[in-house]
Amino acid sequence: MSNGPLQIKAISGHAGPVPGRDTSRDYDVCKLIDVTTCIGCKACEVACLEWNGYPFRPTVFDNTYQTMPDTAWNYYNLIRFNEHVADDGTLSWLMRKDQCMHCAEPGCLMACPADGAIVQYSNGIVDFQQEHCIGCQYCVTGCPFNIPKFNSETKKVHKCTLCSDRVGAGLEPACIKACPTGCLHFGSKDDMKELAGARVRQLHEHTSHKNAGLYDPVGVGGTHVMYVLHDIEHPELYGGLPKDPQIPWTVRIWKGPLKWLGDLAMVAGIVGLATHFIRFGPKRIEEDTKGETK
Amino acid sequence: MSAAANVRPMDTQGDIERYTFRERVMHWLTGLTYLYCLATGLAFYTPHLFWLATVLGGGPTSRFWHPIVGIVFLMGTMWMNSLWHRDMEITETDKVWMDRIESYITNHDNLVPPQDRFNAGQKLFYWLMLYGALLLLLSGFFLWLPEYIPRQAAWIRGTMVLVHEISALATIGGFLIHVYMGVFLEPGSMRAITTGYVSRAWARTLHRLWYQRITGSAPTEE
Repeated sequence: MSNGPLQIKAISGHAGPVPGRDTSRDYDVCKLIDVTTCIGCKACEVACLEWNGYPFRPTVFDNTYQTMPDTAWNYYNLIRFNEHVADDGTLSWLMRKDQCMHCAEPGCLMACPADGAIVQYSNGIVDFQQEHCIGCQYCVTGCPFNIPKFNSETKKVHKCTLCSDRVGAGLEPACIKACPTGCLHFGSKDDMKELAGARVRQLHEHTSHKNAGLYDPVGVGGTHVMYVLHDIEHPELYGGLPKDPQIPWTVRIWKGPLKWLGDLAMVAGIVGLATHFIRFGPKRIEEDTKGETK
Repeated sequence: MSAAANVRPMDTQGDIERYTFRERVMHWLTGLTYLYCLATGLAFYTPHLFWLATVLGGGPTSRFWHPIVGIVFLMGTMWMNSLWHRDMEITETDKVWMDRIESYITNHDNLVPPQDRFNAGQKLFYWLMLYGALLLLLSGFFLWLPEYIPRQAAWIRGTMVLVHEISALATIGGFLIHVYMGVFLEPGSMRAITTGYVSRAWARTLHRLWYQRITGSAPTEE
């Protein structure tokens, strides 16, 4: 990329390989969340608020380590906490950083009727443009991950931007920068898949998590936020992550056949009525001829 | 039929009052509120017509007023129902009319049975709009305030969008025919719904039973 961040190719007097030399320079971006190394510290939640300039929201204690029940229009990023007892009686704390998944085929964008209110950048980021948002919340209907949140005062919908403003300037998202354990990674999708693959192999070989796997759901064309999960067979354990997310069939019908059939029917109706007028003309009123009684 | 229907005022030319002032106000209230909801609704329906929302004050403004004007439309429809539902009951004659609808469409009006105040086509349009309006309000309520639908019931949102659109498309079909007939196909209809009066020839040609009933003239020839 001509306008991409400067990439070092050779270093003088440097022993060993050039850092990052073989990494993919594809323009698409991806966030990889390795939930197996997340400690639930919520530094990403704070970093998100600080970068986006939102005040901290009151926390709601629900007997877990979760900050509040759900994300909000000014709280894009939430660690979902689940205390899970496995069949063999072992206990595990499952923590998942929940935010927009930046789907390759975004249901929000498909459902949105407002010109320019949702855009998808060529690097994969799906971004809401609040100045064009009309507040209909169809994006909420289209999203399989329950991400867009409505501000009832401004009548605008907000969600994680994957820090498009930072990424556009060659920086990583704020949450990535804040993560103390390195469970958050950011780079091209190919690199993140490779990194995730290595981690999944490591989990298979060196731990008891034989079902570990990469969450990159095909139902929405893959996502630009991916998870390494201990148990890829049960993603719903991680605060309701859907196993096979899809854009709802109602939205597909509504934005697919129903739209063009309806458009066609309306145009055909107008053409048909005009043709009728040309063919048969107006009805004739029988002026005072026969049958005039008074 | 109420007895009052038998004494229709006539103007100086002997024209007959077809719609009372109250009926005309009711018609234009429902008609214009429907038109507003149609224009803004089409803007939300298809990107090719989103400019309609821009023309009508912008997307957010249209989103704000569409449901409120929709409720006024439904209230107008209920008012219409209170004034017209007896005139709109489907009768045996209407079934004969429906069988001969081709003659009506091809303007061979002498081949269709004589009609009372409203013909079967008007009645069908009326019932389409009444039930359409009820479905639109029911589904529209969920689209208006989706933030109160819990996530567990998210399927309701998608289903209600489909109900809203299909019922809207059905009413649009009826509405197109209604406007075409009122404005282009039947001379005198526009005057009837604006000034309230129709010529005797108009009444005799298009609504012969009604004409005979309100003028007290005997049935002449079939």
